Amino acid sequence: MAFVNWLKRNFVVIAGLFTLGYLLLPNVVVTLFSFNDPKGRFNYEWQKFSTDAWTDPCGVSGLCSSLTLSLQIAFWATLGATVLGAMIAFALVRYRFRARGAVNSLIFMPMAMPEVVMAASLLTLFLNMGVQLGFWTILIAHIMFCLSFVVTAVKARVMSMDPRLEQAAQDLYAGPFQTFVRVTLPIAAPGIAAGALLAFALSFDDFIITNFNAGSTVTFPMFVWGSAQRGTPVQINVIGTAMFIIAVLFVLASMVISNRRSKQKA
Amino acid sequence: MATVTEAPPLAPAPEKKPPRKRGRWTPYLLLLPGLAWLLVFFALPMVYQASTSVQTGSLEQGYEVTWHFSTYWDALAEYYPQFLRSVLYAGSATILCLLLGYPLAYLIAFRAGRWRNLIMILVIAPFFTSFLIRTLAWKTILADGGPVVGALNSLHVLDVTSWLGMTAGDRVLATPLAVVCGLTYNFLPFMILPLYTSLERIDGRLHEAAGDLYAKPVTTFRKVTFPLSMPGVVSGTLLTFIPAAGDYVNADLLGSTDTRMIGNVIQSQFLRILDYPTAAALSFILMFAILIMVTLYIRKSGTEDLV
Repeated sequence: MAFVNWLKRNFVVIAGLFTLGYLLLPNVVVTLFSFNDPKGRFNYEWQKFSTDAWTDPCGVSGLCSSLTLSLQIAFWATLGATVLGAMIAFALVRYRFRARGAVNSLIFMPMAMPEVVMAASLLTLFLNMGVQLGFWTILIAHIMFCLSFVVTAVKARVMSMDPRLEQAAQDLYAGPFQTFVRVTLPIAAPGIAAGALLAFALSFDDFIITNFNAGSTVTFPMFVWGSAQRGTPVQINVIGTAMFIIAVLFVLASMVISNRRSKQKA
Repeated sequence: MATVTEAPPLAPAPEKKPPRKRGRWTPYLLLLPGLAWLLVFFALPMVYQASTSVQTGSLEQGYEVTWHFSTYWDALAEYYPQFLRSVLYAGSATILCLLLGYPLAYLIAFRAGRWRNLIMILVIAPFFTSFLIRTLAWKTILADGGPVVGALNSLHVLDVTSWLGMTAGDRVLATPLAVVCGLTYNFLPFMILPLYTSLERIDGRLHEAAGDLYAKPVTTFRKVTFPLSMPGVVSGTLLTFIPAAGDYVNADLLGSTDTRMIGNVIQSQFLRILDYPTAAALSFILMFAILIMVTLYIRKSGTEDLV
């Protein structure tokens, strides 16, 4: 009976940990199989332990160039979407203007639309305009679908900001530009950083829109997709595992830094 | 006693800002580049697609707008099974996501204590391993004769699921179950994060109050926690259902030709068969179907101020 009671009290913990396991199981498999030495072209069955792929991550032709391309596109898409998105977010929160509802729904629509619909219609535009598909069309598409997410992230932060801080700066004879750079921007920075991080992750991992608008250009997700048809090299798993580890370390480091800062303040 | 020394809370910030005299054009200048981008690369393509869907012609001779609306009927008549399948698979995945995601969101919000940040990181970090690689890992996990399939088999789960038509014989791969499993996996974080956000806002004292009023934990959940988390439930289900309905990656990698969803059809019509009018019509039908479903759903759940 004691056990049943314990089970009842901790049901939600057990169910939650089960879900966490479900979420992490594929990553465990990806990591494990990055040490595999597969027999055939596909890396789906465990054969024997090997560190070959880790010592030679670029050993497959096209893999590292696709990774570089994805990082480049993600960088520029993040920059573009963050600048344009933050501008929209400031305008939405800080100013009154006409057609606010229309603006809000134009920003909301890309997030409520299945990717395949956006991808197909954008391709229709490019085909009609006779635009050569490649780096630029991918970049245009990525900025387009990252934009709304940046607006949402920045808006949330700017909205919770006390407007009296800016008024105080102006009372202390700061000009509009000085107020923006010294007061507004530092307070909005966490929202902008969150938006930028989200944009980077979305762009780097995007497949559906890229698949439609890339032409013959191969980004990293496109490379993985192609390899699922032709044969999956172990190096894919190496890259996947490395990205996971880098992400965890990055977040841990930023948490340690912000912890230290808040301690210093206290 | 630390609270005594704290400064009294500031009065709430004035809601209405005085209208600015200078910079009447500033908001428009701030909006211009981003909105222009969305208009040209999001809204305008929709117009082009609408026009393509009523064109006739061929790749060689070019297309012309002939208001050929029967493309829509033909497309629906031919591909309605894929439409139904998309709704069915995406719906099942959404319900599974809710059932799986709710306990984890609840755990992070109320029970995790000092583990909260770590669990949060573990929910988000998989995003950084490309989702295609992680979806391919399901091929290994669900492999024929593998431990998962073996366990399900010995528990006679597969007998039940194959009777229901979700699996075929001793296989899980290349069946509807595998596709739903992959969809659930891929969109689970989109359910957990909004759920967590709305659960985290709930005042813990409400739980205590319910307990003081002799509510059992189940009643507390049913009458207090769940209703208060409705905004998270609604936005989580939307964020899961919409992308899942248009997805073609899971059906392609984990399914078979019998599990093709509407996304697969649009993709192959556009990129392989090059039948642009049919592809455009299909994608418009998908868009409208989702818009209608989402509108009805938001009305029904009574949270119109959500978006």
